[in-house]
Amino acid sequence: MKKKITLKINNKKVIAVAGQTILEVAKENNIFIPTLCHHPDLPVKGNCRICLVEIKGQKRLFTSCSTVVKQGMEVKTNSKKVKFSRNLNLELIFSEHVEKCPTCINNIDCQLLALAKRYKIKITEFPDRKNQRKTYKLGPAVEIDGSQCIDCQSCLQACELLSGISHLKLSGRGYRQEIKPVNKLKGKSAKEAGFACVYCGQCALHCPVGSAQEQSNFLEVEKILNNPKIKAVAQIAPAVRVSIGEEFGLKPGEVVTEKLFSALKLLGFEAVFDVNFGADITTLVEAQELVDRIKNKKPLPMMTSCCPAWVRYIEVYRPELIPLLTSSRSPQLHNAGLIKSYWQKLNQETGRQIKTVSIMPCTAKKYEAKRPELKVKGQNLIDEVLTTRELAYLLHKKGIDLKKLKPEKPDNLLSRHSGAAAIYGGSGGVMESALRTAKYYLSPKSKFKALEFKTVRGLQGIKEANFKIGAKTLKVAVVSGLKNAQKLLDQRKKYHYIEVMACPGGCIGGGGQPIPTNSEIREKRRQALYKIDATKKLRQAHKNNEALNMLKWLEDNNLSHKILHTKYFKRTK
Amino acid sequence: MEDIISKIKEAELVGRGGAGFPVYKKWELVKSFSGDKYIIANGAEGEPGVRKDEYILKNHSQEVISALELADKYLQAKEIFLYLNHKFKYLERKLKKQIRGNKKIKIIYKPKNAGYIAGEESALLSILENRHLEAGLRPPFPVESGYNSSPTLVNNVETLYNVSLVAKDQYQNDRFYTISGACFNPGVYKLKEDFSIKQVLELTKNLPAFDFFVQVGGDASGEVLNQKQINHEVSGCGAVTIYNLKKHEPIELLKFWVSFYVDNSCGKCTPCREGTYRLQQMLSAKKMNWDHFLEILDNLSYSSFCALGSSLPIPIKSYLKNINPDLSLT
Ligand code: SF4
Ligand code: SF4
Ligand code: SF4
Ligand code: SF4
Ligand code: FES
Repeated sequence: MKKKITLKINNKKVIAVAGQTILEVAKENNIFIPTLCHHPDLPVKGNCRICLVEIKGQKRLFTSCSTVVKQGMEVKTNSKKVKFSRNLNLELIFSEHVEKCPTCINNIDCQLLALAKRYKIKITEFPDRKNQRKTYKLGPAVEIDGSQCIDCQSCLQACELLSGISHLKLSGRGYRQEIKPVNKLKGKSAKEAGFACVYCGQCALHCPVGSAQEQSNFLEVEKILNNPKIKAVAQIAPAVRVSIGEEFGLKPGEVVTEKLFSALKLLGFEAVFDVNFGADITTLVEAQELVDRIKNKKPLPMMTSCCPAWVRYIEVYRPELIPLLTSSRSPQLHNAGLIKSYWQKLNQETGRQIKTVSIMPCTAKKYEAKRPELKVKGQNLIDEVLTTRELAYLLHKKGIDLKKLKPEKPDNLLSRHSGAAAIYGGSGGVMESALRTAKYYLSPKSKFKALEFKTVRGLQGIKEANFKIGAKTLKVAVVSGLKNAQKLLDQRKKYHYIEVMACPGGCIGGGGQPIPTNSEIREKRRQALYKIDATKKLRQAHKNNEALNMLKWLEDNNLSHKILHTKYFKRTK
Repeated sequence: MEDIISKIKEAELVGRGGAGFPVYKKWELVKSFSGDKYIIANGAEGEPGVRKDEYILKNHSQEVISALELADKYLQAKEIFLYLNHKFKYLERKLKKQIRGNKKIKIIYKPKNAGYIAGEESALLSILENRHLEAGLRPPFPVESGYNSSPTLVNNVETLYNVSLVAKDQYQNDRFYTISGACFNPGVYKLKEDFSIKQVLELTKNLPAFDFFVQVGGDASGEVLNQKQINHEVSGCGAVTIYNLKKHEPIELLKFWVSFYVDNSCGKCTPCREGTYRLQQMLSAKKMNWDHFLEILDNLSYSSFCALGSSLPIPIKSYLKNINPDLSLT
């Protein structure tokens, strides 16, 4: 038991635990203190000087995010002095940030805008000073717009400490300093220098002001929707339904699947699909490969490939491990592959082209969709990818209030899916789904009841488990957060099967998800996914007849290889 | 070895950083924490108007090095760094000769463009560890978690020089004064530590015959005092800079101070990075908004992250108060 401490905040007596910061204690007691550079996923920095408080007996102010409580402390969060400095610092910060609110995806989540409103800050008190700053594009996924950066450094920490890449660096000093991607090796190896970005978007997710942001594609999507010669269809990822509600004032973890279908229809999509169907396909393909690798003594451990940031990490930084990645494509590609083959055949209209838009929790999926080797017969399977945040922005822009919509069904075809697919959005989900099916493949006759592999669930960065299947013990590891994956790779030989998701907690913590994020929010989203699974009758991919039929159809049409599998390449950039 | 500690304690040596922290306590603290120990002699001397570190290294480097060896004996350090301003490179041959045989001591230079902040305790650690240069969060203090997150003793070279005098029983409560500006005999002088500004100027034959004012404690962060206030003790790092009252140009002087901070701000925190920039812009604008100017200064003292940012208001506000009370009314 840690020592208890009493102190006063705004004249109210409160009890704290030794070691807590003033900010933490205030939060527990429902006392609001504004913050910008503080992020619960990241170590405290104390850069923005917004979370100031006055401590009795002290002349200067203290930042509540970095100051630990002491017995008998008397704290004021809203004294005259606090207001003075906090507001002035907010004005100064605003003068760094060139406002582009109307066209900024982040305008729903912007913490700076919210504070300016709350404290009635004159956002133009000082003339903008960063008009001339550059925008750095990180592949086709993320961008850092220097004219909006408020120098909080959260993106640097996210990239270094969560993703373990350190692709972003602070260059220059004082007011001239600038966040820049690494583009020179300077005698270091690519790995040491953080030479290549993996597009995970954790920098964007942790940016309080949308300076690090996804490269937005909503304009392209609007064009598709406005073009009568295009039949636009959408597909939604497993992790979007449990998070997008947050952008409309719902609580984290509220499941809005059917409302999402109706929102997409309202936007003008003629058919909407659920990537959960594709996830069942992925499970079937991946479980088959796992069994094949085990039975035929092929390279182990097998590693998942449905996270494009992880795949890119291997291709750039550890190409020697490419043979360990499953050749299975990811759910968004399996789903889109079937849309653009099977469904397209049935629904083609002369003179109208079918275009698919993926709604993803992820920035790296924008990159994945553009990988040239994933084309089938020269055509892109996915034409555009929107993040959860971009879709929310688009809906707001069109005045569509998601939470008020009537539920709708997805397209009839490609819609039946198992509970195993639903959990793909959380770390451990792919593993658990594959195990449910691999277990069946390895010993079809064993009458097991247990469908749930609970040891692989949860938000911890690294999870390990052993499962007895028939005579065999399967050793598995589940990792979320790319930095954790790098640690685990050294011990990979211990395992048969490894699942890696680049983002903390998996796609529920994805780089394209609503802001803010923190472990409580991720936990709520996670629980919602497992609830979907638990309430489903169909819980195993290999019992999904529609998915099995589709695999058969692909085989009959000689498309299996093209649509189900892929290759990886060593990359230098 | 307890001997040296009690000697330092008896001599009442305090750090020259301004906080007046007893030197023996710092040594004891470092020793009390577990882990490898590191020692850093801070000779980064980045403030204009202060030359004593250079003077000591030029004339008394042997003493500094023997103090490092005493500290090493006491702490059993893993490594010792002599962290110097790059301008002192010309002393390298001599220093190397003196430390030969002691493989633990390494000379490291403050990078050329690193500026004043690179002399601050936590910021110099970022340089030694090859990280982006900026002030670090405290606590933990270097005594507990400094270089390589290990207990680290950081002492200024003047402190180390005094330690070696104490060890030899030669310490006589002297300190180094740097005199510069509008005077005939600028330089570094060793005199009693409790002298007033006036005494120091008289003894060094620097007391001007014209109307003047002084800045005490460095050209950047020192307090500005008028002719009637020179009976004060010389505080801080012992620097006295003399200005000619009639010939000085007020706005130019403000610009000098502000520009120094703009150029030396590490960029970490809002009030300093943005505030100093705005002050600079205001001073060059056609019309000066004094209210706003003073607000930004107050904000620096209330809310900046480290002592660099919070020290800009010292020269400017004391100048406005003691020398030029009408300026901010215009
Ligand atoms: S997208 Fe990921 S890897 Fe790239 S800079 Fe951002 S955090 Fe780093
Ligand atoms: S890009 Fe965003 S997260 Fe990074 S320093 Fe700028 S404001 Fe902070
Ligand atoms: S974990 Fe999910 S959201 Fe994150 S990069 Fe991978 S696929 Fe995208
Ligand atoms: S006050 Fe802030 S910006 Fe200025 S030097 Fe210190 S930490 Fe850096
Ligand atoms: S939130 Fe505390 S200093 Fe930024």
